[in-house]
Amino acid sequence: MKSLTMDKPDERNRLDAMKQGVIGKPLDRPDGPIKVSGVAPYAAEYDIANAAYGVFVTAPIARGKVAKIHEDSVTGMDGVIAVVADERFTTRAAQGTAGEAPEQGPGEVDYWGQPIALVVAESYEAARDAAQRLKVDFHADDLADIPFDPDAVEPEKDEGQRQGDLAHAMAEAVHSVDRTYTTHGHASAAMEPHASIAEWQDGKLTVHASLQMLNFNIAELADALDLEEDDVRLVSRFVGGGFGSKLGVSQDVVAAAIAAKQVGRPVKVAMTRQHVFQAIMRRSESTQRLRLAADAEGRLTGFGHEALVSNLPGEDFAEPVTQSSKFLYGGENRLLRIDVARIHRMCAGSVRAPGEAVGMTALEAAMDELAEQVGIDPVELRLRNIPDKHPTKDIPYSSRKLAECLKEGAAAFGWQGEDRKPRQRREGEWWIGTGVASGSRVHNVEEAKARVTLRPGGTALVETDMTDIGTGTYAILGQIAGEMLGLDPKDVEVGLGDTDFPRGPGSGGSWGAPSSGSAVFLACEALREEIASLLKGEEGNLTMKDGTAVVGNTSRTIDELLGGKELQRTGHFQPGKTEKEFAAASYGAFFAEVAVNDWTGETRVRRLTGAFGIGRVLNEKTARSQCLGGMTWAIGAALTEQLLFDPRDGHLVNCDLAEYHVPVHRDVPECEVLLVEERDPAASPIQAKGVGELSMCGAAGAIANAVYNACGVRAYSFPMTPAVLLEGLVEQAKA
Amino acid sequence: MRPFDYKRAERLEHAGQLAAAEDTLAIAGGTNLIDLMKLQVETPATLVDLNHLPLAGIEEHEDGLRIGALATNTATAVHPRVRADYPLLARAILAGATQQLRNKATTGGNLCQRTRCWYFTNTDQPCNKREPGSGCGALMGRADLHAVLGTSEACIATYPGDMAVAMAALDATVEIAGEKGSRSVPLREFHLLPGDTPHIENVLEPGEIITAVTLPTPVGGKQIYRKVRERSSYAFALVSVAAALRMEGESIAHAALAFGGLAHKPWHDPRIDDLLTGEKPSMALFDKAADLLLEDAQGYGENDAKIPLARRALTATLIDATGVSA
Repeated sequence: MKSLTMDKPDERNRLDAMKQGVIGKPLDRPDGPIKVSGVAPYAAEYDIANAAYGVFVTAPIARGKVAKIHEDSVTGMDGVIAVVADERFTTRAAQGTAGEAPEQGPGEVDYWGQPIALVVAESYEAARDAAQRLKVDFHADDLADIPFDPDAVEPEKDEGQRQGDLAHAMAEAVHSVDRTYTTHGHASAAMEPHASIAEWQDGKLTVHASLQMLNFNIAELADALDLEEDDVRLVSRFVGGGFGSKLGVSQDVVAAAIAAKQVGRPVKVAMTRQHVFQAIMRRSESTQRLRLAADAEGRLTGFGHEALVSNLPGEDFAEPVTQSSKFLYGGENRLLRIDVARIHRMCAGSVRAPGEAVGMTALEAAMDELAEQVGIDPVELRLRNIPDKHPTKDIPYSSRKLAECLKEGAAAFGWQGEDRKPRQRREGEWWIGTGVASGSRVHNVEEAKARVTLRPGGTALVETDMTDIGTGTYAILGQIAGEMLGLDPKDVEVGLGDTDFPRGPGSGGSWGAPSSGSAVFLACEALREEIASLLKGEEGNLTMKDGTAVVGNTSRTIDELLGGKELQRTGHFQPGKTEKEFAAASYGAFFAEVAVNDWTGETRVRRLTGAFGIGRVLNEKTARSQCLGGMTWAIGAALTEQLLFDPRDGHLVNCDLAEYHVPVHRDVPECEVLLVEERDPAASPIQAKGVGELSMCGAAGAIANAVYNACGVRAYSFPMTPAVLLEGLVEQAKA
Repeated sequence: MRPFDYKRAERLEHAGQLAAAEDTLAIAGGTNLIDLMKLQVETPATLVDLNHLPLAGIEEHEDGLRIGALATNTATAVHPRVRADYPLLARAILAGATQQLRNKATTGGNLCQRTRCWYFTNTDQPCNKREPGSGCGALMGRADLHAVLGTSEACIATYPGDMAVAMAALDATVEIAGEKGSRSVPLREFHLLPGDTPHIENVLEPGEIITAVTLPTPVGGKQIYRKVRERSSYAFALVSVAAALRMEGESIAHAALAFGGLAHKPWHDPRIDDLLTGEKPSMALFDKAADLLLEDAQGYGENDAKIPLARRALTATLIDATGVSA
């Protein structure tokens, strides 16, 4: 085991010194062909003999108790095996990295649509039919006593982070912006619904599930069932999108395990699309007040970002709306805070880029107003406000490419920032406009282990419980090992998504690549040390390329060196002091061109350019794909995506993909992605930072700013649907 | 999904007999029905498969065109006669759903498409359409998608489709076969307003099957289908306007308009067609048309914006069709 605790920046840039030349290259993902041809097995697709099917019964009440479950209402139906209602059932998914069971006890109902029981049958259809027909009595609380509206309750007040006197700064400011924005809730809306197949053998539980963070999930599952982790195995080799919704162990996993034990055979639980929408994490809606105080040149003197978000009573998670506001721009007088309203909608948790996804939207829209007041190019306003030192802490920034992203993005987009008067460009019925926004996302790494085995014949095997949620993990880990060990990535087999492998933090918080990538890197360093010693040389003098190891004048193939045996090392990466000693984040800039229909307010994005500084790029193609995905999400957040709740019982009304509108192909224009050259030594031993979330953090703000530039209407409510823009358009036409 | 029996209709008479049986529904493309069966909004004991009936043809009919009930949306939209003489219909179909759905969806099935109201599709919520007498969830709940014209205390759902809106503007006729023989119903009268029986959505009697839709002699002129929606594909209309409008000289010689997304049926108001026909187009005239359309419009909160949106969509469509400058 080779361990490294990240206590100081790693300036060695070892990957750059390697000779294989594959790191960063836009290689195809090795799992691509089996995915597009439909043979890659997702959780529910394992053909496990004798499996029964479980379908959830959910509560049609907002709060209360289950009084009685009339099992006899379905037990006589064809194919029905059992009604399973166990106090260990989890009522919601675990929050990301919880590592312990979420709320248990389905007899207590906290939100409309909460799973309360599982009907198990010989076929999926029979189980679904019986679940629909199961008679359940409830003691429902009076709806009038239950809070559903975040604006109608007294929130839990956050002390906040205060510095100086923001109110005074606002009063003294030459230019100031004081605006309130609202954003609707979002769903992760992953293509693959949450699904599990649980199987018990000799007291040991194996679950094929769709999860992002197996190392935490196994602890959550074991805790829920009061098992030892050693008696549990989780497998998630392929995950059809997670976007935060599969960070924590979900209700299907626990229910499938309990049901399989009870009926004495494997049980498969695939949640319906409606159940996924209604019972899995939502991104909280937010109300955000932005206060920006600036001098005559637009330099910030005061910065306020206050938010109201919501969650169920007792849940710790609060959408961290102000996360990047802590360090992105200056302004010595500051107030950041997040109040939480306790309401009975389904649990709020992490959805792609929790915090910045909506916080940066509002901040960057406010910055656009400030630029207009100051009368300068909004790109220039942002450049002027990149702080020299952290606004509240005495620590340096790690590598920070915000200025480069703004400049290179502007050049690529053909940005014209001088005359920003709105309503200047028209094509037929459509107003055309452009907008810019900064992008920012905190950098995180977590403890990770990975095992790398050099095998006779000159191939390698990488194993870790890290997941590939569509992000390209299979590709990048193979490339890191290939680069370090001098192998074609085709000769590196990557095994993921199995708790029998060395554990890591999984996919989430954009930490997967830098954390698990560093563990693979360390394992390879250890292997290189062994190879060097076999060649009687120093690792620093070792060159590995195309299956051959060279020290000085000695050259051997890996196959020769192994002498028919395997050589295996495990890498162990741990975050250390650099986390506290540097302000590390990935940065970006977004440039949008939109068309707004003057008659209807329909808005279409015509061009979107994103420039990103993400540290070392591990695979240019998969990194770009992640950026495209994030930018696509931003189009949804800007224009179409919104969770709509019935005000009377808090139930989600638009709970399928026909009514919850993610952008489809025709809504996504040709997007341009620039990956700015960067190595961030303080970020990780491979100098890489996260990428998956950054690419949506701020982009919706760029789209909002483009809408204003196009049609002269500032939107303070997201998404900017026709209904939101129409009134402003009518007023503009009159003016 | 409730287990069901499957029966295949081999002949038209046979289809009517089978479909008249209790607890029985007919299935063609199934793009809507199967979804509703999964959700158990529909729980037929028997499905009668119409797909083997010889009703997929699109053929000349008197001076117009006869589109078989089993002609797919795709077949209709790409048909040369449709594209040449009824481009409004092709445009409306192509504005709806997705290519995959249009490949399966049929003419008859599309006319019988159920509402997208989210109280209708959620069996744990009240809905007078799904369960008469249970109440309307949308009325005091979330009405973002809902109707502003022709609503009732019992139901504020919309008819969600696009094809039928174009057919209403084109004054199509629905051909129906039943045990008592065949009959024809103007498409504009095929769908019903909800009243206090929102579960009855059209004039089909038990055992009656749509066999075709006929289109009258082509009217020419400009044919526009304007569909307002948040995203560019696979979204039901917030508001849609179907217009077939022919100018002669400086006047409107023929005007036929219908509207989607506003009511429980494709909305056609003959007063609007009459108002426009024979007149010189002007913004003032268009305002009057919109006034007529919306004089009884009622919003339910979340859908209030549909009223100004309908006005503006109509105005923009008429400007587009007549060339008047705003």
